[in-house]
This record gives sequence, C-alpha cells and structure tokens, in this order.
Amino acid sequence: MKVSLKEWTKSGEPWVWLNAGAVAICMIMVVGLLSLIAVRGLGHFWPANVYQADYVENGNSLRLAGELVDSEDVPADQLRDSGVAVPEGVEFMQRDLLKIGNRDVGGSDFIWVLDDFLENRSNPEMLFAAERREWGNFYGYLRSLKENGQVVASYDGYEKNAEYMQLWNKFEASIERALDLHEEIAEIEKHEIGAINHELERLRLKERALQLKEVTDQSRYAEIDQRRKELDAEYEVLQKNLLDLYTQFNRDSFTAETAGGQTIEVDISKVVRAFLPNNMSITEKVLHYFSKIWEFLSEDPREANTEGGIFPAIFGTVMMVILMSVMVTPFGVVAAVYLREYAKQGFVTRLIRIAVNNLAGVPSIVYGVFGLGFFVYFLGGHIDDAFFPEAKPAPTFGTPGLMWASLTLALLTVPVVIVATEEGLSRIPRAVREGSLALGATKAETLWKVVLPMASPAMMTGVILAIARAAGEVAPLMLVGVVKLAPSLPLDGNYPYLHLDQKFMHLGFHIYDVGFQSPNVEAARPLVYATALLLVIVIALLNMSAIAIRNHLREKYKALEM
Amino acid sequence: MSIDNTNLATELDFDTPAAKRLRKFRALKDKSASVGIAFGGISVIIAILLIFFYLLYEVAPLFHSAEIKPWQVNGQTAAPYEAPGRGKTLYLTMEEQAEIGMRVTDEGEIVFFDTRTGDVLQQSNIPVPAGAEITSFALASDASRIFAVGLSNGEVQVLKHSYKATYPEGKRVITPFIEYPFGEAPLAVTDSAINELALNGDEENWSVIAKTNQGLTVANLAFEENFLTGEVETSIETEMLPALNMPVKKLLLMPDRRWLLISGNSNKLAVMDLASADTETTQVLEASSGNITGFQLLLGGNSLMVADDKGNISQWFLVRDDQNVWRLTKIREFETGSKPVNAMSMEHRRKGFATMDSEGTLRLYNSTANRNVLVEQVTQGQADTVALSPRSNALLIEKDNTLAFWLIDNEHPEVSWDALWGKVWYEGYQEPEYTWQSSASTNDFEPKYSLMPLAFGTLKAAFYAMLLATPLAICGAIYTAYFMVPALRRKVKPFIELMEALPTVILGFLAGLWLAPFMETNLAGIFVCLLLIPFGILAFAFAWARAPKHIRYMIPEGWDTVMLIPVVILTTLFGLWIAPGVEAALFGGDMRQWVTDDLGIAYDQRNALVVGIAMGFAVIPTIFSITEDAIFAVPKHLSYGSLALGATPWQTLVRVVMPTASPGIFSAVMIGMGRAVGETMIVLMATGNTPIMDINIFEGMRTLAANIAVEMPESEVGSTHYRILFLAAFVLFLFTFMVNTLAETIRQHLRKKYGSL
Repeated sequence: MKVSLKEWTKSGEPWVWLNAGAVAICMIMVVGLLSLIAVRGLGHFWPANVYQADYVENGNSLRLAGELVDSEDVPADQLRDSGVAVPEGVEFMQRDLLKIGNRDVGGSDFIWVLDDFLENRSNPEMLFAAERREWGNFYGYLRSLKENGQVVASYDGYEKNAEYMQLWNKFEASIERALDLHEEIAEIEKHEIGAINHELERLRLKERALQLKEVTDQSRYAEIDQRRKELDAEYEVLQKNLLDLYTQFNRDSFTAETAGGQTIEVDISKVVRAFLPNNMSITEKVLHYFSKIWEFLSEDPREANTEGGIFPAIFGTVMMVILMSVMVTPFGVVAAVYLREYAKQGFVTRLIRIAVNNLAGVPSIVYGVFGLGFFVYFLGGHIDDAFFPEAKPAPTFGTPGLMWASLTLALLTVPVVIVATEEGLSRIPRAVREGSLALGATKAETLWKVVLPMASPAMMTGVILAIARAAGEVAPLMLVGVVKLAPSLPLDGNYPYLHLDQKFMHLGFHIYDVGFQSPNVEAARPLVYATALLLVIVIALLNMSAIAIRNHLREKYKALEM
Repeated sequence: MSIDNTNLATELDFDTPAAKRLRKFRALKDKSASVGIAFGGISVIIAILLIFFYLLYEVAPLFHSAEIKPWQVNGQTAAPYEAPGRGKTLYLTMEEQAEIGMRVTDEGEIVFFDTRTGDVLQQSNIPVPAGAEITSFALASDASRIFAVGLSNGEVQVLKHSYKATYPEGKRVITPFIEYPFGEAPLAVTDSAINELALNGDEENWSVIAKTNQGLTVANLAFEENFLTGEVETSIETEMLPALNMPVKKLLLMPDRRWLLISGNSNKLAVMDLASADTETTQVLEASSGNITGFQLLLGGNSLMVADDKGNISQWFLVRDDQNVWRLTKIREFETGSKPVNAMSMEHRRKGFATMDSEGTLRLYNSTANRNVLVEQVTQGQADTVALSPRSNALLIEKDNTLAFWLIDNEHPEVSWDALWGKVWYEGYQEPEYTWQSSASTNDFEPKYSLMPLAFGTLKAAFYAMLLATPLAICGAIYTAYFMVPALRRKVKPFIELMEALPTVILGFLAGLWLAPFMETNLAGIFVCLLLIPFGILAFAFAWARAPKHIRYMIPEGWDTVMLIPVVILTTLFGLWIAPGVEAALFGGDMRQWVTDDLGIAYDQRNALVVGIAMGFAVIPTIFSITEDAIFAVPKHLSYGSLALGATPWQTLVRVVMPTASPGIFSAVMIGMGRAVGETMIVLMATGNTPIMDINIFEGMRTLAANIAVEMPESEVGSTHYRILFLAAFVLFLFTFMVNTLAETIRQHLRKKYGSL
C-alpha cells in the first residue's frame, strides 16, 4: 500500500518526523561537541611527524620544517586579489597551518602556506624537536654540544648514522643532567627559600603588631631580630648553594641548524625535552604521548600558560570545591531538615520553597557581585580591621581569595543541596518515622538514627550536583578570587598550611584566560581543548555518580513502599 | 513465655533515678535539636535572602538626594566669619581637602584662609606695576587652578594657586603658594585698560582674549623648552579681532582656543570662530528669555552654562548641523525656580554645578542626568559668590562680606531614571543617544551610564538563543515524551540532561575560538544546512513511508530518531559540500563579503548568530527536560481516550496532550529564558562585547552580565560606577527571580491539576 503525499501530510506524520529530527539534531550536537573537544584535546599530545619542504613562490624558495596543524580551502580569487600567482582555472587552493617553532629565529611559530607551493617534501629522520622553557619549540638539526663553551661533540650532516646518534645520545644525557639540576634548584627556590621568605614576612608582621600595640618590652623585639638574623644566615647559605647549582646548570649548550640554514646556540638549561619525531617507533610515540599527558596533569604551566601543565589549576579547583562542600553540606542539610521536618507546613514554607528553588536560577554573576561586595569588601574589610591590623594597608581577607570564592559558591549551590535533600526526606515513608516515634524515640533521635541515614544518598546526590555545578562555574569566581597565575598553591608546608586568603587558579578560568587573553592563541589552543576535556570528564563523572546514587536510592525505597 | 513477660514487666521500673535522668537528658537533647535546627534553617534562609537586601543596600545610595549642612564644631553650627582680605571678591575657591580657602580680591590681594574659622594663613599681593590697577579677572578652569587678572595698563598677570602637603610627625600640613606659570612679569597684551578677559589653553599653547575700549585683542602664547639649557622661551603674538557690533559683558574661551563665547547685554550671546580665515562671528543668538546673569563653562570646557534673571538655566554646546557647520546649540534646560540666578559654581571633577538665586536658595545640579539633586534655602536674600570644593563635598557662600562654610553630601548625582534608561545628549554627540561608556583616560570625561544598550544586548542574545533553542528543545521533548520507545527514552533523557551540567565556559570557548571562525568561512554552508536539514528529514520520512512493508517492519516505531541521525549528518555534509557552489551562484562567491557590501550590514566575527547557537545549546537541556516532564506527566488515559475515538497520534498530541501540558511548556520556556538572560561566560567569550544597539544578527552586543564581569574588577568601591554595576546585577536578579517564580507557580498549579485527573 503506497501512501500518497497528500494523505501522508494529512496524517501529521511529517510533524512527528520533524520532532524526531529535533531529537536527532540535539544528540548530534551533543556528541559532536564532546568528540570535537576529545579529538582536539587528546590529539595535541601525540608527537606528530615533522616534515620539511621547500616553499616556492614567485621563484623564491624557502626551506621550512614544521608540524601540520590545520588546513583549509581558500577561494583562488581571494588569493589572486592579494597578489598570489595562482594558476588559471584553479578555483580553490589548500592552505596549511604549519607549526614551525623557532620563535627566537623567525618571530612567529605558526605560518600559513599554500599546499601547492610546497615542494620536495620529506620527513628527515634526524630533524629533532625540542620543547623549551622560553621561545616555544625548536625544530632543526643538531650540530654540536658544548660544555663550558668547549665543543665536546659535533656532527655536520643530515643523514642518520652512528656519529649523529652518538652526538644525540650525549645531547640527551646532557638534558637529563640539566633536568635533575633544575629539579634541585626548584626544590631550593620554592620550598626552602620560600619557607624562609614566608617566615620573614611573618616576623615583619609580628614586629608591626607589637609596634601597633605599643609594646615597649625590648626583649620581644630582640627575639624577632635574633630570629631574623638566623634566617638571613640560612638564606645566605642557600643562596650560595643555589649559585653553585646555577653555574652547573648553565654549563652546557648546543648548536643546531634550522631548516632555513641558520645555526643558533641554545642553552641546554632551557630545554625541557628533545626528541626525533620522525625516528620514533610507535611504542616510543605512545610512551611519549602518555608522558606528555602526565606532564600536562602534574606540571606547572610555562610560557604564559601556553605550554606545560595545569596542575595548579587542578589543585585550585579541587581545593575550592572541597572547601565549598564542607561549607554547603551542613547548611544545606540543616535548612532542608528544618523546612521538611520542623517548620509548620503552610503558605510560608511553600513560599520559601519556591524562593529557594528559584535562587538556583539566579544568574551566577549576581552571586559573584554579592560575594565581591558583601564577603570581600564588607566582611573581609572588617576582618582585616579586627584581626590583621599589622598587615595594613595591604589587605589580608579584604581582597578576593580562596575563602570568599568557596563561600560564594557555597551560597550559589546551597539551593541545590536543599532541594535534593528535601526530595530525599519527602521520599521516606511516614510509617518509618511513626514506627520510630511509637517505640519511644524522640523526634531528634528519629531524625538522627532513622531519617537522616535513609536520606543520606539524597544528600550525597545534592552535594555531588553542587560540586559539579561549582566546578564548572567561572563567572562569579572572576570577581571573588581566581587569577591567571598563582605564585604558590593554597596548601603548602608553611604555617598556617592552608592559605584561605590566597588567590588560586581554576580550570574553568584557565580555559577563558588562555583561550582569550593569551598573547599566542594559536599555540595555546590545543591546551585549552585539553583543559576543557579534563573539565568535561570531571563534571560528567560527578554527574553520572549523582544519577547512579539517585537511581540506587529510588530502587531502595521502592522496596520500602511495598 | 507469657509468664516470663509478666515477670519482666514487674521487674522493670521506669522511674529509677537513672531512667529519669536519661529521659530528661533525651528531652533536653530533643529540645536543643529542634531549636538548633530551627535556628540553623532559618539563618540559612535569611542568608539567601540577604543577597536581595544587600544588592538593594548597595544600589539605594544612587537615588538619594544630596544633603547639605553647615560645618559643625563640637556639635554646634559654626558661625559665619568675616571674609578675609580687603576689596570685593574676584575669585573664591578651595584646595582638594577643603581645609584651605583662597580669595582673590579686586584690590589685588590673594588671601589663603582656614575654611572653618576664617583665620588668615597667608596673604600676598598680585604683583601689579606701579600706577596700574586690576580691571578684570579670568579663570582658565577650576581644575587647572590657573587664573589671570587684566590690568589698567593693558597687561595681563597669570597666576596659579598650588598646595603642598607635608607630614611632619604624621600629621598632614598643607602649605599654599602662588606660582606664575607664564613668568612673574606681566604679559603685555594691549595698551589700554582691559575690561574683560578670557584665557585658556593646554601645556604649551595658550590664548588670552582681552577686551578694551578699542575692541577685542587676542594674544597667542607659546612656550618652548630649550633642549640644552632647559629654559622656557615664551613667545607672544597679539592681534586685534574684528569689531563686534554688540557690547561685551563677559568672555569665555573654549580649551581648543578656537571658539570664543561672548555674552552681550540682556540675553544676547555671540560665538566667534578664531580659526576661520577672517575670524567671523558665526552666531548671534538670544540665549534666554531673561537677562543673562550667569555665563560659565562646565568641567572640560565643552559646555556653556547660561543662567538668567528669570531663573532659567540652560546648557549649550557646539554641534555640527546638516551643512557640517558647528553651531552652538541649546541642549537642555534645567528645572529651576523663578527667581533670578545670581551666583554659579562649577564642580571640579564632575559635570555638575551649583546655583544661588536672589532669595538665597541653593540648587545643585548634574548636567548629564539633568537632575536637580538639592534645593535648599541657605541664606536670607541674595548671596554674592558661591564656591564648590574640588571634591564637591564643601561649599563656601559669601554674603555681605561674610563667609559661611557648608558641607555637602552629594555622592551620586550622575544617576537618574532618564540617564539610565533614556536617551541622553552627551557632550560631543550629534544627537541624544543611548550609550554605555563608563570610563576613559581623561579626567573631564563625561561618564555615560545608559543601561539601555546593555539591556538591549541581553535581550538580543537571549532572543537569538531562544530562537534556536525553543523549537529544537520543545520538538525534541515532544518526541521523546510521546513517541519514543521507553528503552531509548531512558538513555536519551539523562544524556541530554547531562548537558545541562556542561560548564558554559567550554561552550563559550568553543563558540569564540571554533564556531566563530568556522562560521566566518562557512557562512553560506550554515544557512544552506539550516534550510536543507528539515527538507532532508521530510524527504527521508516520505521515502520511508513509501518503502515496502518488509523494510519498514524491520525497525519498530519509536526508533525514528536513530534512523534520522545518519540522515541529518549526511544532509549537513551535503549542505557544506554544495555551499561553495550556492555561494558562487547567489552571493558572488563570498557570502560574508556579500553581507557587508550588498546588504550593507556590518559583520563581526563574534556575532549574535554565534552567541545564539552557543547559548541555545546551553538552554536546550533546561527547556527539554522541563517540557519533557510536563508532556510525560499528562495522564495516559487522556491520550488513550483520544486514540480510541479514532484520532491519529499527531491529532491526539496537538489537540489533547499539548493543551494540557502547555502551562508546563510555557514555564520551561520562561526558565530557559531566565538562564539565557543571566548567562555570562558564553556572551563574554563569543561576542566582541561592544555595547551597541543593533538588532542585526551579524553584529555583537554586550549584555548586563558580561558587562559586570568585564568592569566590576576595575571599578572603584563605592563609586557611582560600582553602584551602577550593582544595579545591573539587581536588575538581573529581579528579572530572573520573577520569571522563575512565575514559571514555578505555573508548574505547581499544573501539578495540582494533574493530581485531580
């Protein structure tokens, strides 16, 4: 039976199909978005082949080496307008974005080239890539290795052979040595000298506090001076030590030839990692890949956040979320218990319930504004006046920081916890409560021993949802405490260990900052994708666990209701 | 067993002291738990409500009127004191802290005095050559602290009052002194007595206009610092200006040294263009209905304030007319009394001023907001001079040679309902406009606090987002709730709901860095796809309906979505593939170019379409989830009844299910709207954040939320700007709160209705 178009239209079937199409489009958008982030985020760490080619345009030839990052089609007319000699009859030309590195040589580490003008492409096995602490990646051929300015090994050629590999091995050993020294230096600078500076600052504040209190007892000042002298002495020793290490650290350098033929000299101390991308086996590449991912997760950022890792941002996010949950859980639960178990049910509670529900829909930036005005300037300002007069005029709590950020987010997410807990409480059958009361338990005992344990999965759901929301929220944090680069973690070995007044880094803000405020967006982009992927994974996991707990809870009470 | 029980019962004593104690303790615990929980619960709820009141508390000062009170000493009103120095006042002013006042008299005395007591701190004389006397006075501007006197021998002496703060023993001591910016020797400008004087200029070039009985003379001064010696060389050129056929009562020179404003007798006002070839008088107008009594430049020197003896005050500035000629134009009139205005003083930091009328009534105004913030009678009868302090927090009033010192509290005069939501004619603009521009590099900048462009941008972004999200989400929800097989529904729904938790910063970043450039190169492709996808779906559906049974029966009903996924993907790819061809055929090869050239529409890379798609994406899960719940909650027996009566599923849906669920769908759209309005990160990242008012889909916007995020960290605490940002937050809060409450009420109502069905 074939339907005619008219009949088919009349039946309303097309509308049903269009509705089905809407679901399909939604699903495609969601999946497409996730896979876009995943592909771009994960792809970045793969050691891509570096190819070398001659770029010939208008008879001029230029030798390039780099990684292919992106390519697109450009209308030939547009190229002709800008003076490129495009052959007749061509409508579109492919344009490639190459990452050529060597920012210290060429000024920019990315370049757009026309694919058709690339000649003599090859993947030279001996072309190496070096990740550096400044100026971005280097691509070129290793020429020599120097110790204290004296050449210890050198090679002049482009072919793979034993001599080259010998030089390469020495080069790698030298990098290894420099990395060890770098770690030692970082340990001294960050921890030991950091601790001394921290204590010196505390001594300064102590002295200032004594002055403010107009203490005249000279012995207490002397005590401080004594300690300061000790610290200064310790500092001297460390400083000397450090100087030694730096001399050793800066011992080696290497020279290398770029694809264009220039030879430059670079300090080994500037190199983080060097590898021969075209000479790597698949296992080596996989190992390299995972070591890059590990670096991304565990290291500090380099080069204005465009290279290196995002560990401080992960740490800051986790820290803030933990503090927030510590604050939001008790308050949210108490409010929910009050609303459901203790308050007289009536018009007022209904009103409050609607209000609480709607607060979840109030824009997060409004909470940020409130946090900045009330917590930071009002509360923080008063706390400074009362407890930290010695630090003035520098604010201690009167400036955006970890504590205020967590508190603001706690306020933002408290409706989520209240709503979820209330739902859990309302699902507990009346009979259970009545049974407990009938056995002589007081209301508090019923609550504590019967109701709350049964409602605990609901609370968990609420807290997890709150965490998921807090972890992804950026707008309010921009006002109350995140920074693009925090000099130290909010938790460290210096008294009082947890620095609630410090500013911190945050994954979401990191995405915004690196993606939009970075001087080198092209270089930063893959890292932003990777950061976004990490954030998505964390939040998806949190949400899925909330859903799983909720389902589990429903199953549990289905049995009870029977 | 039963015997045992009775035995037990007799043995149990519930009233042992220990049991009593325990009961008491438990009762206490119970009591304290309820008190504690009630206290905790109520305080959390109060903390939440605090947001509302705190925002209100920060916003409220914006709408306070100004207050004025006499300077108090130990709770007593300080008595006015005799004006220090001899002669009549030429100029009265104060230094930054309003601790020291300065009075320049027509007998050549400059007296610095304590503003609170009138004690003379320092007295000096303007160096006047023997035989000459002071015949006129001119002020460059309050902010520059430079003033000049014209002498009877045709010379001009230029002076500047300055102050130095030192802190001996931790206490601030301010020392006043007089400088001679153009040298201590008077400048020879003409050779007869100067009746009227005006001067203005910047660091290196100054002009002095002197009016003598012979006519007007202009003297152009240039200062050049010698490289080698560091000495300043002054050159002076004088020139007679063409005769003016009207009497001159007062002269004002604008800071660009091009425009000379002349107040004549009665209500006449003339404008002279000094830069034109023959120094023509471009305009002579009747500025006011009464005789001009006040004639001064507002802060920045671009606006002229004219007051008259009928109590009218008006603001004028130069505006280009249709012929591209600058014309002095009346911009606004201020609300005043009907008594003659006889004294005026301009604020040093804001576009505001104070006036006194003949009955001694003080009025404070702000010109931008056209707001009269204070009307108060401060003296009995006419005052001679008023002077505002640089911070506009104090006022000196001279009357009958006595000075009274008043304190003013006037924090936020720039804000009025009109300034926030209406069109305002700002200085230098051709016409009244809605503009948001909160800060600039110069001190005499006129802040433009119109919330209209921001509110407009907010609604524009929300509109385009809803345009995409509403149909997709509602259609999707309809299908999921009503047609989809339960097995699939259980997967699809949580999946789309999961997207609600996707951080918007990620959507914003993708929109800004991926979608915006993609759209710029594939603009035609996007539009082709938008058109093609519905056709693709319908074509496939029709083909499916006509397909042989054995194929159709392979896939049960309710799995259509899964079949459509490849269809949509293929259509999209096809659309993108044919797009260049379509582009070449219809738009001359480049649609983006065509939009700017042929349609004449500006194209920003980060535009409303990008925001619409990204934010639509963020809103879809919200609307989807609530709509789906609403439709799914419609009792099944309603639709079964309809189907049993022979209606097709679609008819049942449209005529039975949808009307029942419509309040729920409405509330879903409202909640989605609330989310779109308040969204910050997406708009921040996916638009250029330019506060323009244009509905054009290819241009960006700035929303209230993004504006707060951009400007809040830099705004000074307690300033007008800071409070206006709080006001923006308050507006957002109220809007979303009301929208959500409405939606929530509808939803609860709906739930009750279904409960009865």
